[in-house]
Amino acid sequence: MDYIIPALPLLLEGAAVSLFITIIGMILGGILGVFAGLARLSQVKFIKLLGTIYVDFFRGTPLFVQIMLIYFGVPGLLNSLNQYWVTNYGEELLASTSMDPWVAAILSITLNSGAYIAEIFRGGVQSIEKGQMEAARSLGMTHGQAMRYVILPQAFKRVIPPMGNEFIMLLKETSLLSVIGFEELARKTQLEVARTFASFELWLTAAFIYLIMTFTFSRLVDMLERRLDTGD
Amino acid sequence: MIIEVKNLYKNFGKLEVLKDTSCSVKEQEVVVVIGPSGSGKSTFLRCINKLEEPTSGTITIDGYDITDPATDINYVRQEVGMVFQRFNLFPHKKVLENITLAPLKVRKSSSQESDKKALELLEKVGLSDKADAYPSQLSGGQQQRVAIARALAMEPKIMLFDEPTSALDPEMVGEVLAVMKQLAKEGMTMVVVTHEMGFAREVGDRVIFMDEGRLVEEGNPEQIFKNAQNERTQAFLSKIL
Repeated sequence: MDYIIPALPLLLEGAAVSLFITIIGMILGGILGVFAGLARLSQVKFIKLLGTIYVDFFRGTPLFVQIMLIYFGVPGLLNSLNQYWVTNYGEELLASTSMDPWVAAILSITLNSGAYIAEIFRGGVQSIEKGQMEAARSLGMTHGQAMRYVILPQAFKRVIPPMGNEFIMLLKETSLLSVIGFEELARKTQLEVARTFASFELWLTAAFIYLIMTFTFSRLVDMLERRLDTGD
Repeated sequence: MIIEVKNLYKNFGKLEVLKDTSCSVKEQEVVVVIGPSGSGKSTFLRCINKLEEPTSGTITIDGYDITDPATDINYVRQEVGMVFQRFNLFPHKKVLENITLAPLKVRKSSSQESDKKALELLEKVGLSDKADAYPSQLSGGQQQRVAIARALAMEPKIMLFDEPTSALDPEMVGEVLAVMKQLAKEGMTMVVVTHEMGFAREVGDRVIFMDEGRLVEEGNPEQIFKNAQNERTQAFLSKIL
């Protein structure tokens, strides 16, 4: 307790950052995921291929590697590009090639969650019975109208539980952002432990904070699911 | 001729489901399509509103060649209502909304106008009290009657029925057939795929027997049921009558 109480404000501040970056990731990733999911469902081969490459890459590689690639890899590439420009044209192409941890955090979390959400979204759309699209089309609706008024509202309800899971997974995985010094909960805990050496107490506290957040959130999703459970 | 099908072929991959099928339907005619399962009768019906893309041949609906890619199929479909075996009501919408959705979004009717029309149609199919129910709260027979009302809300010139009573419990078949009979009496042009031979006999102006993707025999119900010429027709009828 001697170590936990004084560290709490810092840890909670970290927890707020974790939660915030997760919410941002879910919102931006949600938008990206809908587009990528639609691309995966597209009849146009090239668009479908783009969607598939994106989804496969970000689902098939560790988030840790993605974070490193974005935080260290991309500035490295930009720097080489700048060097090349200076050598050949005698002037700077880019004013700065460094990457802010916040930018790297938002980018990596968004790109990663977007890939998972794309698959959730695609699965939701494909889980709607074929007869729904046929009934809508037989009434003279265009494909777009049928999607908008018939398929997507039903798919939306079905993706709530997997989206809840994705939120919880993402919240836990934001702890990986500590490797780039992004001061979310895990990083704050690391810093406190380095200062006080109270490893067990502080990491246990961090675990509890994560648990409280994920537990609360999964209850919220359950409630939402029950609330929307009318009709079918 | 309001429906004119010429030399229709439909393949699913290597499987030939329809082979050189030609057929035409007059205005106000009720054509009943019968045949063993897998004979291609549902596929034939689904080609008429292009839910299945014909492999070759032409289909003309009320003067529009729907096999021509330049034809606006969404427009033609407004004229062709369809009722499915599995109802396919929209589960997230109330009964009234199921019926008004297409008139609102496709025909751009006002909401008063489409509500009024929907309530009239619900009365016609005997479900005035179910306007605010969700499809899942209705029996199969009630759902199918709502589905008929939903198709009628677009004021189609033609109604297609794809085994409309096959997914129903026996005691509910009658109520759906009664609505269809009424519709036929009012002069709706109908193409009905069904196993209800009583309906075919009583309501059909013409019966078409299909087998193995071909139109084998057609004639008025009397001819087909009492005096079928083709032996495959005879064999089929002897099994089910």
